[in-house]
Order: sequence, then structure tokens, then C-alpha cells
Amino acid sequence: MSIYNDPIGHWVVVVVAMALLLFVVLTATAYTVWFERVALGRIQRRPGPNRVGPFGLMQLAADGVKLAFKESFVPAETDKVIYVIAPTIGVAAAFLAWAVIPVGLWYNVQYWIADVNVGILVIFAVSSLNVYAIVLGGYASNNKYSLLGGLRASAQLISYEMSLGLSLVPTFMIVGSLRLRDIVQYTVSWGPYHGPIPLILLTPVGFIIYLISATAETNRTPFDLPEAEQELIGGFLTEYSGLKFTMYYLAEYLNVITVSALVTLLFLGGWYLWIVPPILAFLIKVVLIIFVYIWFRATFPRLRYDMLMRLGWKVLLPLSMANVVVTAIILLAVQG
Amino acid sequence: MAGKKKEETNQPNVAGDIGALLKGLKTTLTEATRAPVTLQYPEDKSPRSERYRGRHYLRRYDNGLERCIGCELCAAACPVGCILVIAAENTEENRVSPGERYAKTYEINMLRCIFCGYCEEACPVQAIVLGPEYELSDTSREKFIYTKEKLLEPLPPDVEARLNVKEKK
Repeated sequence: MSIYNDPIGHWVVVVVAMALLLFVVLTATAYTVWFERVALGRIQRRPGPNRVGPFGLMQLAADGVKLAFKESFVPAETDKVIYVIAPTIGVAAAFLAWAVIPVGLWYNVQYWIADVNVGILVIFAVSSLNVYAIVLGGYASNNKYSLLGGLRASAQLISYEMSLGLSLVPTFMIVGSLRLRDIVQYTVSWGPYHGPIPLILLTPVGFIIYLISATAETNRTPFDLPEAEQELIGGFLTEYSGLKFTMYYLAEYLNVITVSALVTLLFLGGWYLWIVPPILAFLIKVVLIIFVYIWFRATFPRLRYDMLMRLGWKVLLPLSMANVVVTAIILLAVQG
Repeated sequence: MAGKKKEETNQPNVAGDIGALLKGLKTTLTEATRAPVTLQYPEDKSPRSERYRGRHYLRRYDNGLERCIGCELCAAACPVGCILVIAAENTEENRVSPGERYAKTYEINMLRCIFCGYCEEACPVQAIVLGPEYELSDTSREKFIYTKEKLLEPLPPDVEARLNVKEKK
């Protein structure tokens, strides 16, 4: 801990941690794409990518090279500055969330870049920036489908951001802290058991609301209305290609990993899992949640626009509010 | 059934809806445990029917003579006109086919061919047949003009051996 108090040592640690993060998260994103394609393939009774390298594991390298060397085409009459900036906002926002996400590496070794005492608020602030990438990209593309995609993204955001935030309020009320490490390390004494617990046991409704809202937040099926290949030809992505398209793609999968990591930290007990080493426990849980999202994608058809609004405003929002009230009453009754 | 459903639409059936979603999730997960049905194409190929009409062959008799007698009926039957036959007379010194004439030039434009098989039906001596091969891609347009050398079946091995011996002598 003392190295954090030393001004130079602090910066060294932060820079090393950031470099590590870039490497690990980018690799993880690439393998998430592979994992999604294989899992979707198996569900649809296909083998998925299996040509490049063993089990198709080098597919991501092939795709990366292909995307990087594609012509970076900018359509006519676009708002050039915004058109170029928009995808970078998405990637930046997706990476920023990882600044406050802690990971348990070993039993008493934890990794984080910034141990913010309002960590979860930072994540909310940063993750809602992603919508700017979509709205601005849709606006700047000079294409009606892109614009429709951007509009849908913004309307979707306001429908889901509130239930997303409210679904976590019971967690804060129980733990009494917004610091992600405190939430993970929340300990209980239940009879003979004394130790950290997965908070899903205390806030199961919050878990379900968060899982659904986060699917909408990351624009994944069944809430991928801004993209909607069938109706909007890719929505905000229509006019993007090459490296700029890659950035959107990267941001989407980064967000999936971020959300899965958050579900792990907030509801599944983070890096604590019986006797499993912390880093392994964390990975198992994150991969499990990523699989759940892929599973959703393979199962559910896209919601119609009014259905999405109705689900957001008339089901999830009242449910999350009721969840807050009920948790408050129970907390009062238990703690007196 | 349909009428009954309409009455119920005012009362949302939450448990039923969630049950339907879970059923969908179960279905996709059980599908994932079953073996993929994909054929790994360049390695495994799906079987062709015996009557499959692919690349053409010009056949020979067992004694090595070409079947084609240069009658041009195939070219006449061809709906897209992709067959070119130029016939020549057989002579005693140069006997290519058992009939009076043989095909000096026999070309099929595979880019035009629609693989209808009319040439095979029209042929009075079963000289042209459509074989099972279907992977005919190539790198230039010129390579799709299949010449007689390309279309003709190789000589039967015993005839080939006999001819080789003759040449050596």
C-alpha cells in the first residue's frame, strides 16, 4: 500500500497497470468474439470458426488484419470531424470503465487502477457515454438509416438507464458503500458462516433487472435496435468500415465484458468462490455471464420498438422502484 | 383456441410469458449439446446423384477409338450454342473413330454451358456424357473453353501400353 503514497511509485504502478489492462482487455475482447461465434455456432448446430489455427483460435488475428487494412472510406457529405471522432468516443468510454473495476488476482492481491469511493457512479457515468458514439456516428453519417439507429439508441438509453441505476440501489443500501471493492468484500455472519457472500442471494430481483437493462445498455440482442441489420441495414454502423467499424465492434464487445465483470463484482461475489483461486473464480464467473449474453442472443428475437419502451418504462422501472422500497423496509426491520 | 386467446390479451399472463422465455432458453441450450450438421466442405463432400450433370467427357471404345463421329447433333441440340464441332474424314492411315468421320475440333464453352444434358441425349453413339465433377472454377475466361484434349477420356491402360510398345519399335 505504501507504494501508492509515493508520488513517483504511484504513477509507475498506474502506468504499468494501464498497459497491462490494455493488453489483457484487448485480448479478452478478441477471444470473446471467438467465444461468441463458436457458442452461437454450436447452438445453431454449426462448428463456428475452425479454419484459422487450432479450433479457429487465430480467427481473431485474421479478422483484425483484414479490418485494419481495409480502405478507410468516408462517404460524401458527412460531418467529417464528428464522423471520425464518434467511434473513438465509444472505445474510450468502454475502456474508461475499466479504470475503477477491481480484480482479485490472488488471495490477498488485488488489481485496480483507481480505487474510487464512488466507483459504481463512475461506471454509470462512463458507460452511458457509449450512446454518444452511436448518436453522433448516426448523425454524422448522412444516412437516414444511421440517423434512425442513433435516435433509437438515445431513446433506448433513457428507457433503460433509470432501471439500470435503480436496480443497484438495494445493493448499496445493504453494503453501505459505492466502492466496488467494498461491495465484493461485503461479509456476513450467518450462524457458523462468516465471510463474503454473492449479493445475488440478497438482491435477486436487482440481479435480473440489471441483467436485462445491461443487455439494452450494451445494445445486444434482443435489444439491438440501433443496429437492427434487418430493418436498418446496420443502423449507426451502416456507413462505417475498416478501422472505424473495428472501433465500434471493439467497444461493443468491451462493453459486454465490462458488464459481465460488473455483474460478477456486484452480484456474484467477485473473486470469491469457495476454494477456487481468486483470478480463476473471477474468470469463471465473467465467462459464465458472457455466455448468458450469447445465450440470450441465440434465443430471443429482437423486440419491437414499442415493446422495448413498454418493458423499460412499465415493467422494469416500477419493478426496480418497488425493489428499492421493499429492500428499505426489510433493512429497517432487520437493523431496527 | 384463437378466440380464447383474444379474450385473454387484456390480462397479461406473466408466469406464462416467463415460462415461454425459459422454454426458449432450454431449447437453444439442448441444441448446443447436439453434434453440428455442417459438412466440412473441401475435405468432406456431399454425395452426388448418379444422374448428376457436371463436367463433360468424350468417351472412347474399349479398343481406344473415339466414339465421336463428328455428326454435330450435340451442337444442334445445345440450347445455348456452346458446342463447336469441326469434323474431318477418317482415313485408313489415320483412323480416329470407327465411323466415316471424326471430330477434328471439339470445344465446349463452359461459361455458356447450362448443364442441361441435351448433348448427351442427342448423341447417337453415346460419345459425350456429363460426369460428376462440379468444381470447375478457374482463373481466366480462356481456360473455360474446354478443348478436345481436355474433354477426351484417357486411353484404356491396355491400349496405352500397346501403343507405347508400337512407338518404341
